[in-house]
Amino acid sequence: MASSILASARAEPAPSRARRTRALAAGGAVFVALLIVAALAAPVIAPADPIRQSLRGRLSAPTLSGADGRSHLLGTDHLGRDVLSRVIYGARVSLLVGFAAVIVGGLVGATLGLVAGFRGGWTDSMIMTLADAQLAFPFILLAIGIIAVLGPSFHTLIVVIGLSGWVTYARVLRSQVLVLRSREFVDAIHALGGSVARVIARHVLPNVLSSLVVIATLELARAIVLEATLSFLGLGVQPPTPSWGGMVHEGREYLDSAWWISTAPGIVLMLTSIVVSRTGDWLRDLLDPTLRGE
Amino acid sequence: MRGLLPFLASRLLRAAIALWLVSTVVFVVMRLSGDPVPLLLPPYAPQSEFARVRAELGLDRPLPVQYAVFLGSVVHGDFGQSIHFRQPAIRVVVGYLPATFELGLAAFALALIVALPIGIVSAVKRNSAVDQATMALALVGQSAPTFFIGILLILIVSLKLGLLPTSGREGWQSLVLPALTLGAFTMASIARLTRSSVLEVLRADYIRTARAKGVSDAVVVAKHTLKNAAVPIVTITGLQFGTLLGGAVVTETVFAWPGIGRLAIQSIYNRDYPVVQCTVFISAVLFIVINFCVDLIYGLLDPRVRSS
Repeated sequence: MASSILASARAEPAPSRARRTRALAAGGAVFVALLIVAALAAPVIAPADPIRQSLRGRLSAPTLSGADGRSHLLGTDHLGRDVLSRVIYGARVSLLVGFAAVIVGGLVGATLGLVAGFRGGWTDSMIMTLADAQLAFPFILLAIGIIAVLGPSFHTLIVVIGLSGWVTYARVLRSQVLVLRSREFVDAIHALGGSVARVIARHVLPNVLSSLVVIATLELARAIVLEATLSFLGLGVQPPTPSWGGMVHEGREYLDSAWWISTAPGIVLMLTSIVVSRTGDWLRDLLDPTLRGE
Repeated sequence: MRGLLPFLASRLLRAAIALWLVSTVVFVVMRLSGDPVPLLLPPYAPQSEFARVRAELGLDRPLPVQYAVFLGSVVHGDFGQSIHFRQPAIRVVVGYLPATFELGLAAFALALIVALPIGIVSAVKRNSAVDQATMALALVGQSAPTFFIGILLILIVSLKLGLLPTSGREGWQSLVLPALTLGAFTMASIARLTRSSVLEVLRADYIRTARAKGVSDAVVVAKHTLKNAAVPIVTITGLQFGTLLGGAVVTETVFAWPGIGRLAIQSIYNRDYPVVQCTVFISAVLFIVINFCVDLIYGLLDPRVRSS
């Protein structure tokens, strides 16, 4: 008893710390809002066409009056394209692939988890063995193999990244179904002619909603980084479409003379990843501390 | 030792299923792709040449037969001839393995050497400036993309400060930056985990007893805390070692490190299927074997794990 009181007393955050957490959360929210606005309104906000090349304006350092008479706040790349505009358009790719992959992974994972939970028996063992096997392997290696072979298209990218993250959703839904199946009221619903869909909608989903929100947020961060990594390896979004990972790759050769080509998209990517995954951690502590072990 | 055998058997079965799944996916994916034969022959080679090479590679047989042949030869470590290197794929991959091992071990050692002291100091000096700074850095290390950490290190340490080489594998100097890049995530994870396990133990009653007896802080930490905090650290550390293999692909590409990760990417561009298959499979075997050993050690250390 004494030790638990002690522990909870120590875990109490100091007021200054709470204030800083709030400030950080607010900063993160502003960053995410800016990113979403940038992605949605890219054609309006971007100062230049992201794929328009300019031979005279190549490798220009960040400047207000470039050789081509335009301002380039983040400089230009080896083909004279405006880096700021490309970073803004890159937000579209990252968020689109990220959200779509989360939806794909969530749908597949939720379906398999529900099926495993309700069917039980062989179906359950097979699905869960598959989950274990997938976790027992660094997925990026398989992703690289699959994308290299199927060809790097938007659809392949979304499906592969999405499928890489189905396991956590499946586990959470399955265990919730198992918990509910052991309760008598579920039998009662069946006896009264209630459908499985009704059990899912009224009893399973409300119970796991907060867990799903936490998982989806953490998965979003992972999906964005995985897309950037694959694009960096040349297996993701193909040029000339601007993507952050691809831009870091393009700037790799000019790191010594034109550092801004790689660093500008890289820093935005890093910030995005940190902000989104911190939001996920924060939501987890707030909504569902039991997920901590995952 | 009760329960150890079933535990062992279930882990072995799981490892075997994982290997079979990986090899099947590798096979399906590789066969879905385009025909490698046009890459092997000059553009205007006669039709008979195409047929001859296709038969030589076994590509003219029905898919189930190809699959059976593939599984059979995988068991014997035979992945066919590398199209690019013109020698057995397994020999090519084995030739690139030492560089990857070297990088992985260096990254792992560096991560442990840096992360353990940091984690312990952070826990003991909880909420101090040191704690807050290192834990903030650890959070960055855990969520920053590996390839960008590498690019930043090259830019700052190699190009601006001129301290270490940007790429290649010559001498220990060229190993430092790749090891730091590959180890960053592991380092951050181990530091955070060490901090939380040490904190956990520091709250335990027996530590308060030791303190009450008048044992000095240094002895409490060294003798009573670390031993008890070690079990979760050992487990996660072992699992992290397997994860390093996945990160090696990116790190080796960034630093032009001649290991199997870079070999895999280059073989994809060359459409050198046997080498890609072999690399993915060998990495899978390594990963699964390492995880199996970690499970086993954990099962020996902590009997409660066996029943789960």
